[in-house]
Amino acid sequence: MKTNNLILQTATKILLFVIVLFSIYMFFAGHYEPGGGFIGGLMTSGAIVLLLIAYDIKTVSKALPFDYKKVVGVGLLFATGTAAGGLLFGKPLLTHWFTYVDLPLLGKTSLHTAVLFDIGVYLVVIGTTMTIIQTIGESE
Amino acid sequence: MNSLIVLPLLIPLFTGTILIFFAKNTLTQRWISAAGSILMIIVSLWLAATVYNEGIQTMNLGNWEAPFGITLVSDMLSALLVVTTSLIGFVCLLYSFRYIEKEREEHFYYPVFFFLLLGINGAFTTGDIFNLFVFFEVMLMSSYVLLVLGGTKIQLRETIKYLLVNVIASALFVIAVGYLYSVVGSLNMAHISVRLAEMGQSGIITVIAVLFLIVFGAKGALFPLYFWLPGSYYAPPAPVLAMFGALLTKVGIYSIARTYTLLFNQDVGFTHGLLEVLAILTIIVGVIGAIAFSDIKKIIIYNIIVAVGVILFGVATFTQESLAGSIFYIIHDMNIKAALFLLIGIVIKITGTSDMTKMGGLIHRFPALAWTFFIAAAALAGIPPLSGFPGKVLIISSGFANGNYWGAAVVLLSSLFVLFSAMKIFMNVFWGKPETYANQEKVPVKWLLASPAILTVFAVLFGFGTEALYPVIMNAAETLSNPEIYINAVLKE
Repeated sequence: MKTNNLILQTATKILLFVIVLFSIYMFFAGHYEPGGGFIGGLMTSGAIVLLLIAYDIKTVSKALPFDYKKVVGVGLLFATGTAAGGLLFGKPLLTHWFTYVDLPLLGKTSLHTAVLFDIGVYLVVIGTTMTIIQTIGESE
Repeated sequence: MNSLIVLPLLIPLFTGTILIFFAKNTLTQRWISAAGSILMIIVSLWLAATVYNEGIQTMNLGNWEAPFGITLVSDMLSALLVVTTSLIGFVCLLYSFRYIEKEREEHFYYPVFFFLLLGINGAFTTGDIFNLFVFFEVMLMSSYVLLVLGGTKIQLRETIKYLLVNVIASALFVIAVGYLYSVVGSLNMAHISVRLAEMGQSGIITVIAVLFLIVFGAKGALFPLYFWLPGSYYAPPAPVLAMFGALLTKVGIYSIARTYTLLFNQDVGFTHGLLEVLAILTIIVGVIGAIAFSDIKKIIIYNIIVAVGVILFGVATFTQESLAGSIFYIIHDMNIKAALFLLIGIVIKITGTSDMTKMGGLIHRFPALAWTFFIAAAALAGIPPLSGFPGKVLIISSGFANGNYWGAAVVLLSSLFVLFSAMKIFMNVFWGKPETYANQEKVPVKWLLASPAILTVFAVLFGFGTEALYPVIMNAAETLSNPEIYINAVLKE
């Protein structure tokens, strides 16, 4: 008998965006308020897990055609690249740099290379969590 | 500002990361990993030369001043160990190209291999006690993966044991760091050393010192915490085993040497006395294991434990001469253990068994293999022109000079038993009536033999070049026995 998941799937479609938006908010809040790459990444993968529960692995991998192992790789490249970037300017490893920029809509914003490092953390967390969950889910 | 110090960490990290993208393309993986590995050797040699000429190199990460940020410190000892690690990494990698099956190669063998090198180099280079913990974890997690990769029954069983022991040891490590932090309020090792010297001798510091000994003893297979090692190291294939046997326990020993010379040098009578007793017991246990087994893998594995004891006996004696002996011996031992494991890996591949009573007469078909093994075994026991000799001489003579006759005698006698155990392998496996084995034609002996041959040549050169190396080693021992040099280099007072 085929069960009908209409309520769960409809709710997921709406909730997904809320969760992803909140995770992105958390990610960018990290410098001044509680949040950051780790918790942001976990929440984004939480949203994808909700998709996995409402649909199935095949549908989700069609919608999000990422190889999550490579997402980990990209994340690591971001983090190590940012860390090593300081070396090119004769500064020690992990030296960060920031500036204030007047952006349209957002106003005076500080741009900090720590964000790039955090993007790395964010991607690694998503990649790792999703690899673990997908691998366990697919194995028989 | 010299960025050289960070390259032995960045190169394996970058190489490992890039290798993730080429998981299914084994040929590309091999080329990239070989290139990364050669680069590591060049950079680490350059670093060692810089440290020798210009003194201790430090780097404050993120440009934060010394006690507040993480400091990477490369003194002569850590530079030498990084050089040895890079060399062994390269050689084991060459060996892996032909030894490791395609299935393992396709499942992230090479990336994890480089993350292991990153963890080891990081642990040797860091100057921050919590960062040391992090690099320990990087190293251990990679070693879990390398140990279980392949998924045979024995690997699964032994990985569970290894994982359990190391998780407990790591938890203890965190607790020990927590205690230390609550006492001194700093994590920078040089700064901790200053604070501990200000506080002087107190009971709680001795307790923390013993707790650190338990932690690092569990990682470095010190009696009575060696129990996990013989089983766990029995499981993985030869190149992984060579990496483990040569490098992992040595990181634990290095950490004991570092903490017991830099941090806990107040109540030497108790802490170093305890270390000495444990080191001697470790030697005895290792020797018993080495002569008891007729399994060639087990014999060499117990020889690791003997070497752990010998090196730590030198650390426990705590004079500049004995520390120099320990440094000689640790470099020799990393090198020769890797060579021996790679050699018996070839033997096991040829004969299909590791039980030496079922083998015989390999010298007739493979003379080069046999004589390489003979030289490596002689170097292991410390026969004079070879590499095991200078370290042991310094350790034993300073043991006698300090009136520790029993300990020095045990170290001296252990050489005899080590030689016996190694020659037992040589006589049983290589001499005797030649037998034919099913898959001896398929093994690429020439290619595989190149790796341990490089290490054996290195061992011979190390033995003959003792005189040339002596100032370098004494430089390292001087930093170990005078913590002020280290502290001044880091805190720049």
